[in-house]
Amino acid sequence: MVFQYPMISVQACLDGILLGILFALIAYGMALQWGVMNIINIAQGDLVILGGYIAYFMYLYGIHPAWGVIVAPVIMYFVGIAIYKLVINKVVDRDLFISILATFGISILFMQLMNFAFGADVVLANSDYGTTMLFNNNVVLPNSKIFSAFISILFAICLVIYMKKSKLGRAIRATAQNARAAKILGVDTEKVYAATFGINAALCGVAGALISITFTIHPYMGLPYTIRSFMIVIVAGLGNLPGVAMSGMGLGVFEEFADYILGTEFRIGSVFLLLVLILIYRRFKLSRKREYLK
Amino acid sequence: MKNNSILYIGILIFGIAAPFVFPAFKVQLSILCVLIVLATTWNIQGGEMGYNSFGNILFYGLGMYLCASVQVGMFFPLAEWTESGGEKTFVHTPAQFFQGMAVGLLVAALVPTIVAGLIGYSILGLRGHYFAICTLGLGVAAGEISGGIEIIGAGQGFTTPPFPDVGSLDARGEFFYFLSFFTLVLTFIAVRSIYSTRFKLILNAIRDNEDKAEAMGIETMKYKIIGWMISAFFCGLAGGIMGGLVGYIDSTDVAFDGREMGVFMVLMAILGGKGTLWGPIIGATVFHIFKEGFWTFFLGWQYVALGVLIVVIVIYFPEGIMGWLREKYPERFGEVVDEKDRKAQVELK
Repeated sequence: MVFQYPMISVQACLDGILLGILFALIAYGMALQWGVMNIINIAQGDLVILGGYIAYFMYLYGIHPAWGVIVAPVIMYFVGIAIYKLVINKVVDRDLFISILATFGISILFMQLMNFAFGADVVLANSDYGTTMLFNNNVVLPNSKIFSAFISILFAICLVIYMKKSKLGRAIRATAQNARAAKILGVDTEKVYAATFGINAALCGVAGALISITFTIHPYMGLPYTIRSFMIVIVAGLGNLPGVAMSGMGLGVFEEFADYILGTEFRIGSVFLLLVLILIYRRFKLSRKREYLK
Repeated sequence: MKNNSILYIGILIFGIAAPFVFPAFKVQLSILCVLIVLATTWNIQGGEMGYNSFGNILFYGLGMYLCASVQVGMFFPLAEWTESGGEKTFVHTPAQFFQGMAVGLLVAALVPTIVAGLIGYSILGLRGHYFAICTLGLGVAAGEISGGIEIIGAGQGFTTPPFPDVGSLDARGEFFYFLSFFTLVLTFIAVRSIYSTRFKLILNAIRDNEDKAEAMGIETMKYKIIGWMISAFFCGLAGGIMGGLVGYIDSTDVAFDGREMGVFMVLMAILGGKGTLWGPIIGATVFHIFKEGFWTFFLGWQYVALGVLIVVIVIYFPEGIMGWLREKYPERFGEVVDEKDRKAQVELK
């Protein structure tokens, strides 16, 4: 099918790339907190969905949902700080499994609270951006997808510059390299951790707002986003931004093709299966040198 | 030792008498037995081996589907059964039902064991959180994929064969209760005898330092796979029983329910105390009582309570009940304590 109808392949590739840029943005947040605080946040996807609901509510109250891209990160930053103060600061220097389980708890909590607050319907915020037709009207690209990819790139660039130039960015990078040394040199690591988690949540907020414009959101859809970002991070490695972008797009394209070839009902399943396969592949590659994934 | 045997006999008598003393709680008690089995077997590789898996739900769900499919497929065409959904065109006679159940449980226990053996070599090479996330992915993937397969009911679910009419109304509850209680006793005996062998020491060595264990000449991979297979065996069995007990199998809500059962088994083992024999049993009992309380009094808010409970247990109570008791009364656990040394350690903390 893929070769018989080349236009479907082009469509899937373009869709996948635009989608993948969004995934990369979420994955960047995950890489950030993983690198700095050494925790894996299972609630990442639920933060994304919460950001999406912020944009959706603006849409319900008659404000154009695109403004959610600015409002959602601001709100989500404080949500992130609150989660950090309540839970995460107690698991930062503990075993990674503790952080996985604790954030799993947060994830269940968020899922259910969102279910109560917003209902269990699949919703989307309509942006009225229209569509772009390419290749003789054979390929249809919603403008909202192009808009969301553009905004994601914009935010990623801003963040990279911020991490390079600002004082807090320097402190975050120093803490990631060596938390103890940073502490000795007068960096308030507690504050840095809180800010990192806040920035991560804000990134999730942006991504969520964009997802609510381009796709649909639902309270229980969080976990796949966590798994996707985890997968992107382990493929690209921590602190490798071009790698994150590339593997994000790769994942997007893979998903679109899986959707076309296997059918939509196997889409999420294939994502999770891909994670397992990637981990097994890396495990065998490393075991030749008698090493293992660290 | 004498105390222990009295305790065992007491529990056994209580277990056998329970459905007649508390007839209203038969189903709850059966579920409790299944939960204890799950927590105890999770503990084999989660607590003793140090491989924290979210993926044992895979074996549980597999066992559930297999048991029901075998039970139906032995006598009737499976596809037509699932297609007809709730309206049953086929009825099992009692003999067929029990035969099917017996064979089904056997398959439900053996196939997951084989699956664990097959995937064990690749998956158990991962360590720590990679293993945890990989198994999480495995569990969810299994749920999503089984939700797309037509012959086992796809999205609309699979109704397991209803209990045949054998004359007595209480028969169903008693049958499932004794089935799960028997499984529990079997699991307990198996796990207890495993824990008194060298095998347990090897598992503990793997947990404490895998590289050193390997350097000491232990074939860690072999033992890890065996540990996981034992876990899978009892998970599959528990799944098969639970499928019959619930009477309805849905891919993501009942069978491969990583959000509920998959987390429950981890939580129960941690609540009771990882790496102890009695910990998961106590943990599962306490957890089940709490859970039923939540489900009854906070209807609708149960998952919120559950989320909070997970966070609180993990952050403030990672040692579990047994760990806490051990800290408090070390003499009871046969540890000789030097008071001075202990005080010094407490001060250091």
